[in-house]
Amino acid sequence: MSMTHKEPRSLSLNDALEVLASKPVPILAGGTDFFPALGERAMPDQLLDITSVSELRGVTQDQQGWHIGATTTWTDIINAELPAAFDGLKAAAKQVGSIQIQNAATIAGNICNASPAADGVPPLLALNASVELASLTQRRRLPLAEFINGPRSTALAANELLVSIYVPTLSDDVRSGFYKLGSRKYLVISIAMASVTLAADKSGHLTDVKIVVGACSAVARRLELLEKSLIGQSVHSDVMPLITSSAFDELTPIDDVRGSGHYRKLAAHQIVMRLILSTLRQLPQYKQPEILTDSEGQHP
Amino acid sequence: MTTDTASEGARAELSPTPEPVRFLLNGHAVSVECNTSQRLSAVLRDRLGSKDVKIGCNAGDCGACTVLVDGDPVCSCLTATCQVSEKQVDTLAGLKNTDPIMQQLMHSFLVHGAAQCGICTPGMLVSAVFLLRQTPYPSVQQVQDFLGGVLCRCTGYRKIIDAVVNSSSLAIDEGASAGLRPESRDSTQSVGVSIQRLDGQSKVDGSDQFGDDVFPDNAFVLRLIRSPYHRASFKFGDLKKYIDKHSGVHSVFTADDIPGSNRFGVIPPFIDQPVFAENTARFKGEAVAAVIGDASAMERLDLLFFPIIWTEERALLNPLDALADDNLRVHENAQKNVLCEGLVQCGDVESAFGNSHLRVKRSFTTGFIEHAYIEPEAGYANRVGDTVEVHGCTQAPYMDRDSLAKILALEPASVRIVPTSTGGGFGSKLDLSFQPFVALAAWILNHPVRITYTRQESMQSTTKRHPSIMDVDIAVDATGRISAFTFEGVFNTGAYASWGPTVANRVPVHASGPYLTPNYRAHTTGVYTHSAPAGAFRGFGVPQAAIAQECVFDELAEKLAMDRLAFRMLNALDNNQPTVTGQTFENAVGIKACLESLELPWANALSEASQFNHKAQANGSSVRRGVGIASGWYGCGNTSLANPSTIKVGISKRGVICLHQGAVDIGQGSNTVIIQIFAQALGVPVDDISLIGADTAITPDAGKTSASRQTFVSGNAARLSGLELRNIIARHANCKECQSLSIEGSVMTINQGLLDERNLDLASLPSDEEGYVFKAEESYDPPTKPLDKNGQGVPYALYGYAAQMVSLDVDTQLGTVQLQGFTAAHDVGRAINPLLVEGQIHGGVAQGIGLALMEEFIPGRTDNLHDYLIPTIGDVPLIDTIIVEVEDPHGPYGAKGLGEHVLIPTAPAILNAISHACGARIRDLPATPEKVLAAIHSNAEGY
Repeated sequence: MSMTHKEPRSLSLNDALEVLASKPVPILAGGTDFFPALGERAMPDQLLDITSVSELRGVTQDQQGWHIGATTTWTDIINAELPAAFDGLKAAAKQVGSIQIQNAATIAGNICNASPAADGVPPLLALNASVELASLTQRRRLPLAEFINGPRSTALAANELLVSIYVPTLSDDVRSGFYKLGSRKYLVISIAMASVTLAADKSGHLTDVKIVVGACSAVARRLELLEKSLIGQSVHSDVMPLITSSAFDELTPIDDVRGSGHYRKLAAHQIVMRLILSTLRQLPQYKQPEILTDSEGQHP
Repeated sequence: MTTDTASEGARAELSPTPEPVRFLLNGHAVSVECNTSQRLSAVLRDRLGSKDVKIGCNAGDCGACTVLVDGDPVCSCLTATCQVSEKQVDTLAGLKNTDPIMQQLMHSFLVHGAAQCGICTPGMLVSAVFLLRQTPYPSVQQVQDFLGGVLCRCTGYRKIIDAVVNSSSLAIDEGASAGLRPESRDSTQSVGVSIQRLDGQSKVDGSDQFGDDVFPDNAFVLRLIRSPYHRASFKFGDLKKYIDKHSGVHSVFTADDIPGSNRFGVIPPFIDQPVFAENTARFKGEAVAAVIGDASAMERLDLLFFPIIWTEERALLNPLDALADDNLRVHENAQKNVLCEGLVQCGDVESAFGNSHLRVKRSFTTGFIEHAYIEPEAGYANRVGDTVEVHGCTQAPYMDRDSLAKILALEPASVRIVPTSTGGGFGSKLDLSFQPFVALAAWILNHPVRITYTRQESMQSTTKRHPSIMDVDIAVDATGRISAFTFEGVFNTGAYASWGPTVANRVPVHASGPYLTPNYRAHTTGVYTHSAPAGAFRGFGVPQAAIAQECVFDELAEKLAMDRLAFRMLNALDNNQPTVTGQTFENAVGIKACLESLELPWANALSEASQFNHKAQANGSSVRRGVGIASGWYGCGNTSLANPSTIKVGISKRGVICLHQGAVDIGQGSNTVIIQIFAQALGVPVDDISLIGADTAITPDAGKTSASRQTFVSGNAARLSGLELRNIIARHANCKECQSLSIEGSVMTINQGLLDERNLDLASLPSDEEGYVFKAEESYDPPTKPLDKNGQGVPYALYGYAAQMVSLDVDTQLGTVQLQGFTAAHDVGRAINPLLVEGQIHGGVAQGIGLALMEEFIPGRTDNLHDYLIPTIGDVPLIDTIIVEVEDPHGPYGAKGLGEHVLIPTAPAILNAISHACGARIRDLPATPEKVLAAIHSNAEGY
C-alpha cells in the first residue's frame, strides 16, 4: 500500500517526511528505474510515492537561482522556459530513453539512482548544481558532486528526501551542450557522454569552462585540468590542440557490454572536442568567420 | 474488481485495505482494489480486461504497453497503479471508439501494411496518436522521435513511419495521396494483388489474441525454477513441506513427474533436451522444477526461497574449448562435444587452388543472436476429458502436438494444439518452450494452468541464432571467375541439438552463395557448449555463411581491380549451371536479374559517395561514405526431406467456402497469401473465403512455419485444393470445364462458356459430417533427392535469390555508422502480394542491421532488452525494394519463398560498405563503433 490512506493523490511534503522519519520505506518517483530493478519479484508492501507530493514538481526561480523540484520530469524540463545555459540539460532530457520514459522519469530519480550512465548528471554538474535534502528535522544543501558517492550510492540518509536541485543563477550569455554516444538511436544507454558549459567576457575570452564526462568513471566527472587550460582562450582561437588525450587520463572507464574502457576514453576525447567546438559557436561573443570552415557531414 | 461509475459516495464504503484506486479508463470510471503500487499494465490486463495493452519486457525497453495518462504516453509497466489515481487512462481499445485520429491511423496502418504480427501495434498506435493530436502532418523525423520508445521486430518500421506520416492525408483522400488505393478484394484476380492483410483488422484494433490473452480467469499460474549457473548440479529440499508452507501453492513438478519421456527435440535422431533437467543443468536458465498455484499466491511468491541446493560446476562456453576438451562432455555420448557435421564438395579444390590467380583466406566470427520478438512465450493448457489442449503462441502446432504426446505418454490425438496469434517467431517458436510445463500440470491437476515467460526467461532459455567461427578460402582465375572455394565452420549449438543439424546441413549447401563454384568444399561442425540452445533463426546459419563469403568476394574484387557488382555478375549462377550440390535449373535462377536491377542504383550510389568524400576531405570532416553490396540465395523447404503440407477446403450448404489452413501466421502473412492463392485457383474473390484454423483438431497438417516454405509448399497445397474443388464442382454440375463460378447466398453459378450458365442450389445438396457439400483436401511435397556423402543431390525444389546494396556513413573518429539507405532486389518468383513482400523485405533488412551493427546475446549478461540492443525506429533507413519475378515452375503461380532470404545479404552489404567508406574490414561481429574504430586505427594507410 502507498502512504495514502486519506487523500490518494495529495500528500504534503511534511507527510512524506513523517513517513520517512518513522521507518525506511522504498521511495517511488517516476518508476522508470524502480520497476526494472524490481524485475519479477513481488511488490514491496509499502512504498512512498513522492509523485503525489505536488509541491515537489516544477521549475522555479528566485534571486539565488533556479530550483528544479524532485519530481520534475524530463518532459517538464524540455518544456520549461529556461535560459540558454540549460540547453545542455534540455538536450540530455530529449535523449533520455524515449518519450514514454521522459514523461515519467524524474530528475531526482535520475540522480538518486546514481547510475554512472545517468543522462542528467553531466549537464547538472556542468551547471554547478546542488541538491537540497530534507528530513523532518533538517534541510541541507550538498553539491551534486558530493551527493553521488559512487555507482548506485548517494549521501541520502534513510529519513531524507531529495526535494529539489538548485542551480545558481547564470548569466544570459552562458551556453551549454550535451553529447551522448550510444549504439542505437533511441532507448539507449550511453557508451560515453559529455556536457559542457562555457561563458566568455566581452573581449571574447573564456571566463567559465565546465567539462563533464559521463559513463566513463564510477560517477560522472568534471575534467578540471582541461577546464583550467581553456580559461582565457579566445572564443575564436583554435582550442582543439589544447584538448589532448592526456586530459582524459583521469577518467577510469570500465569494460562492459557497451564498450571497453579504452574505447570509452577515445570516444570521450572526441565528443568533448566536438562539444566544445559546437558550444563555442553558440556563445554570443562568437562571430561567424566569413569563409565557412564547418565541414559538411560533420556530426555536431 | 468493480468497474463502472463508482461515485464519491461509493468510495467511502469501500474498505481502506487494500485501497481502491479510482481512475477513468477509456472514459469509464473504474475502481480497482489492488496492491496500489502494482504495475498499471498488470492491473489493466488482469483486473480490468484491457488485453489490448501488451507486455513485452516489464522494464520500459519495448513500449508495447504504452497507454496515455492524461493524454501523455507512458509505459504502463513502469507506472504504479496509485499514480493514475483520479487520472484519465486511455488505451487502444478505448481510443478506437472515441478518437477519430486513432480511427484514421488504424486505417492507415492497414493500408500501408504497418502491422505484421501485431504485438507492438497497440503501443505504436497509442504513441502515434499522441503525435498526431499535436502534429497532424508530421515529418519522418518527428515520427521517429515520437515512436522511438516502441520496438518492433517484424516490420523494419518503414511502413509504420509511412502510415503515421500519411494518416491525416489518407483520411481526406482515401489512399490517393499515399499512392495506395486499397486494392479490391472482390475480383477473381487475387494473385499479384496488394490486398491488405485479411487478419489485419484485429491487429489494429487491439482485439487480436496472443499467447497471454486467452487464459481462463481461474487458471493456476505456473512459474519455473531455473539454473542460475551455466552448469550446475542440484538437489531438491523438502518439496512437500514447501507446498504445505505456502498457501495457494498447489504443486511442484520435476523430472520425476513426467509420465512419458523427459526429452524433446525437433529432429528425431537428435532428441536430447529434457523438459526438466535431471541432476545437472546444462545452461544458465534451464528449468529444473515448476511451481503451480493460485495467481495471487504465485504473484507474491519469491522463488529465491525455493528449496534447492545448487553446486556450480565447470562449464564449457567456447565451442573451440568444447572441441578440444574430451574430459568434459555436455552430453555423455557426444565425443569432443560434436553434435554433427555437414559436408558438400565438388570438383577438385586442391588443384584448383594450385592453379589459381588470386586467393583470399579469412576468418569470421559471429555471436548468439536473440530473436527478440516482442511477445514472450505464453499460453495455457487445459484438460478436456482425455485430451489436453494447449493454447498459445507457436510456429509448429503439429510438431508441438507430437512432442507433447511423447512427453505425456499420450496418443497424438489426445493432444490438441490451438495456436493463438503469435507475436513474432523468426524460428524460435518452432521449438517447444512453455508448452510441456503447462500441459503436464494441466493434465495431472485437471485444471487450467498458464504461464507467460518473463523477458529474461524468454531470452535465457529459448533458442538463439548459432554463433559461428568460419574460415573461408576463395580463389579466382585470371578472368576473375571463382575457381576454388573452401569453407570450414564451427557452429555453437549450445546445450541441446534443437536445429543444430539443420544448420550444419544447410550451411554447406549455401555457403558458395548463388555463384558458379566448380571446385568447392564446405564442412561444418555443430558443437555442444553449456549455453542456451541455438536453433532456428531466419536462415539456419546461412546469414552467417553469407557474411564470410560476401566479404571475401569484396576483397577478391578489390585485388582484381574489378567493380564489385561486376565481379558478382561475372560469377552469378545461371540457368543450366550446376549448384555446388550438382543441381541445375532450366529457367528459374534469378540472381542475375537481381544484380542487374541494382546496376543503376549502384552506379549512382558510388558516384554520390565519391562526391561526398571529396567534399568531406576538403572540409576536414571525419565522415566518409561507403557503398556495399551482397547477394544471397536460399532453398525453400526442408533440406532433402519430405515436408508436405495439406490443405482442406469445403463449401457448406449455405454457400460458405471454408479454407482449413494449418499454416501458422506469425506475422509473415500466410493468413492472407494462402487465401489469395486458393481464391485464385478456385476462381472466386478472397472476400468469399472463410479461414479456419490453425488448430490441430480441425486443420490438416500444413507443416511448420519455417524454411520459407509456407507460400511455396502450403501455397501449392492451397492451389491444388482450389483446383480440385473447382473440378469437383464442375463434375457435379456436369460441366466439361468451369470457366468461372460465383456464389450468391446458397446458389452457386457455374459458367461453362459465355452462354452456358448453370445454377446449383447448395442448400438442396447432401452434406457430409463436417457440413460440406463439396470438399477437397490436397497435399504438396516439394520434389527433392537425398544428398550423397559428398553432399551431391537435389536438396530443394527451388531457391529464391536476393541482392542488396547499402549506402552509409562512417564517422572515422568515433567508429559510428550511420545508414543512409538500402536498395533490396528480391527474386520472389511471383509476388502473390507485393505489399506483404515489401513488408518481409523491410523486416529482414532491419534484422540484418541488428546482426551487423549491434546485436550479441551473451548468456547471463545481455538477457534483457536494454543490454541486448535491437534496431529502433531511428536505426532503419529508407529501403527501396525491387521485386524481381523469375517464375519457378514448382512454385504456386511461380512463387518462391522469401521469409529468410530478406536477411541474408544485409549484414555483408553493410560490412562491405563500412570497408568501402573507411577501409575497416570487420570480421568479428557485431561491428560496434569500438570495433570499427579499432579497425580504422590498425589500418596501415589510416585516415
